[in-house]
Amino acid sequence: MTNMLDAKIPSGAIENKWTNYKGHCKLVNPANKLKLEVIVIGTGLAGASAAASLGELGYKVKSFCFQDSPRRAHSIAAQGGINAAKNYQNDGDSVYRLFYDTVKGGDYRSREANVYRLAEVSANIIDQCVAQGVPFAREYGGLLSNRSFGGVQVKRTFYAAGQTGQQLLIGAYQALERQVALGNVEMYSRHEMLEVVLIDGKARGVICRNLITGELERFFGHAVVLCSGGYGNVFYLSTNAMGSNVTAAWKAHKKGAYFGNPCFTQIHPTCIPVSGDHQSKLTLMSESLRNDGRIWVPKNKGETRKANEIPDEDRDYYLERRYPAFGNLVPRDVASRAAKERCDAGFGVGTTKQAVYLDFRYNLINKYGKAEAHRHGIHNPDEETLVRLGKEVVKEKYGNLFDMYEKITGENPYEVPMRIYPAVHYTMGGLWVDYELMTSVQGLYALGEANFSDHGANRLGASALMQGLADGYFVIPYTIGNYLAHEISVAPIPTTHEAFEEAEKSVRNRIEKLMNIKGDESVESFHKRLGKIMWEKCGMARNEKGLTEAIGEIQTLRKEFWSKVRIPGAINEMNPELDKAGRVADFLELGELMCKDALNRKESCGGHFREESQTAEGEALRDDDNFAFVSAWEYKDESHWEMHQEHLEFEVVKLTQRSYK
Amino acid sequence: MEHTMINLTLKIWRQKNADSAGQFETYPVKNISTEMSFLEMIDVLNEDLINEGKDPIAFDHDCREGICGACSMYINGRPHGPWHGNTTCQLHMRAYHDGDTIVIEPWRANSFPVIKDLMVDRSAFDRIIQAGGYVSVNTGNAVDANATPIEKDLADASFAAAACIGCGACVAACKNSSAMLFVAAKVSHLALLPQGAPERNTRVLDMVAQMDKEGFGSCTNTGACEAVCPKEISINNIARLNREYMLAGTKADK
Repeated sequence: MTNMLDAKIPSGAIENKWTNYKGHCKLVNPANKLKLEVIVIGTGLAGASAAASLGELGYKVKSFCFQDSPRRAHSIAAQGGINAAKNYQNDGDSVYRLFYDTVKGGDYRSREANVYRLAEVSANIIDQCVAQGVPFAREYGGLLSNRSFGGVQVKRTFYAAGQTGQQLLIGAYQALERQVALGNVEMYSRHEMLEVVLIDGKARGVICRNLITGELERFFGHAVVLCSGGYGNVFYLSTNAMGSNVTAAWKAHKKGAYFGNPCFTQIHPTCIPVSGDHQSKLTLMSESLRNDGRIWVPKNKGETRKANEIPDEDRDYYLERRYPAFGNLVPRDVASRAAKERCDAGFGVGTTKQAVYLDFRYNLINKYGKAEAHRHGIHNPDEETLVRLGKEVVKEKYGNLFDMYEKITGENPYEVPMRIYPAVHYTMGGLWVDYELMTSVQGLYALGEANFSDHGANRLGASALMQGLADGYFVIPYTIGNYLAHEISVAPIPTTHEAFEEAEKSVRNRIEKLMNIKGDESVESFHKRLGKIMWEKCGMARNEKGLTEAIGEIQTLRKEFWSKVRIPGAINEMNPELDKAGRVADFLELGELMCKDALNRKESCGGHFREESQTAEGEALRDDDNFAFVSAWEYKDESHWEMHQEHLEFEVVKLTQRSYK
Repeated sequence: MEHTMINLTLKIWRQKNADSAGQFETYPVKNISTEMSFLEMIDVLNEDLINEGKDPIAFDHDCREGICGACSMYINGRPHGPWHGNTTCQLHMRAYHDGDTIVIEPWRANSFPVIKDLMVDRSAFDRIIQAGGYVSVNTGNAVDANATPIEKDLADASFAAAACIGCGACVAACKNSSAMLFVAAKVSHLALLPQGAPERNTRVLDMVAQMDKEGFGSCTNTGACEAVCPKEISINNIARLNREYMLAGTKADK
């Protein structure tokens, strides 16, 4: 049996919902804000922007990150850009277009009202960031520059070379440090959240491990805001940082927060391919490169010539062939599957044959080289001159990415095409939240990648930064007030309260249990084995048989982990292996739920491709009659969940088969 | 890419915690693929240490894409190793030959105390930012982003300074353990933009005061910082910092 969930979407026309909400939500007066404490977990774009904005409002904020500094959160690694419906290019963009593109890009599995709000506040984000001194790329006239991303036909992406995430995060980090200096935010770095404390059904605090001393510490808050990112590292190999983990979200899940659409993961089409068993992570090459790079494989199987020696007529620009309207800029899920299809069919390149070419030479010469030659008054330039001139422009746009590629592979992408292959990148699934970003636990919120809300079954490029900052700067400052207005008479609860005692005890027991296993296999080894199961059976293509097997294999692996894992060192000291063991233990539970959700969703949609459900042309085939819902899983007991559904109402966008042809 | 397998000798600084004395330990590592990153080579060693029941080497690392600024190894006398404009995580074993000996230490600076092995405490950098490395603008106060055009050259120069990843290599390379390049990068990032102008004077005075308070040394213009900076932050920023500091000093009433 399933229960229908209420997302508390405000009534009224879609363009008025957020305005009406803001006009009617409860406020907390300045004097009362000083008495209210808010805990924010994570300092990426969502966490840093939320902690800074709540601090500015006057709440007493405690901010936590497991890294040595809040500036290192993994938002820092986002490359290509951030979307906003500014229409600075006069190319037909609008709030509605951004909303529509995002709902369509997500293959009609996101909540309309949330996405519309996201599109609405997108323009404010750019304004805010520029005011903070974020040095976005500019044109010669001094105005902001834009580029294009997958799944859209306008140029609405703002960027700072291939380091947009870094610049936005530094902006948010500086705003956060300003609040630390003003005493509004207390910062706790090298602290990992290991439990949520509930009192009378409401989130009232957290238990953290001080990663330097190993001590467990208790913190009270009138509300808890989780901004702990996504769970792509369940696959072991992904573009996530080494420390990115699901632990904070998973602890919340086990304390009653439903997990939404766990099977919706994004496989990014353009990453540097795996080179060997030693590989610890995969590196993304920004989607923005598809503005200027053309993707191809040889037309002939067993092609032995080097890429530059293969003439145009022997190349298959398969995205341009299959999707003429969007070409190389189809959405990520479509581009990834198309690459897999070519490689599976035997047309892959490189030593492993699990790669395709991303080639810049054509645009280097024809787009940038010629334009620069014209600008410099060079007539009839030869190819060498065009390459040289084009290179300068490309360097300015993506220089750091080209350098990164060369350092990793030893090949120069200005000279030879990049070799790329899809890799796990982002998780659209996450904690289920209502319109106010509150989870199914009172006073417990989830923002940014940690929640499930805005991207449906596939996220469009340059939208993660937008969502993280929208949630932190412009949504939570309003919605949390609507809750805290009822809490003004609640005095801070001392952390000697029995709920804190019990929560700390359960954390301590788990850590002791892990340390007492004293087995003979490393944490890393278990993580790799889990990743292999997930990638093979719950990765780019999924089927009933594989998913059923995967669930059994994960259960077995989990048992093995809890009887054979070896963790060196001690509890009351810095112990990175122990930290990692706790995270992998949580991934071993999450992996099972992801497979269960993937098994349950018999349709294909976005990044979730069930082989049993595809069109004659091999595209994802949705089943709107049976699956136009969010699956929100309630944790009951080990390997046991109850599924709740949030029915998705599409009042504005018409459900159609997604087409990029 | 072609790759070969190499054997190496590592001499690594081991230190249990901030209070204990440290020492070098020697570890042979075998069958290292030249395609591996430097940190993946350390991963291999750590896996071996764990399997032998020993304590693995603690080191800071996270994104492994050269952007988070966490990794911080002093390799054969140079922060982040031999490659120019590079972080340790992006250093690959192609840089080494079979039979090489590699000495690995933590950042050495009084203001960056060792936490364990190769991990140091860089929170002094956060406190320098707290002293003024920001624009005081609350959420919701911004005008339209294109209301103030900014000369492209200025925006580009500001971005080049803002590319600093706060890793601390500049401090580790400096014989004086000076943090001038780090502070100069932040002062330049904001001083070059109109948004940073209103707080220009207080920012530079307060950040420099905090830098001194944290115990970082003075700058004697040797340029070691620029030479090792993974983001190639220019030493010209230090000249700008000095200019900003003097101008602010003449204007300050306090």
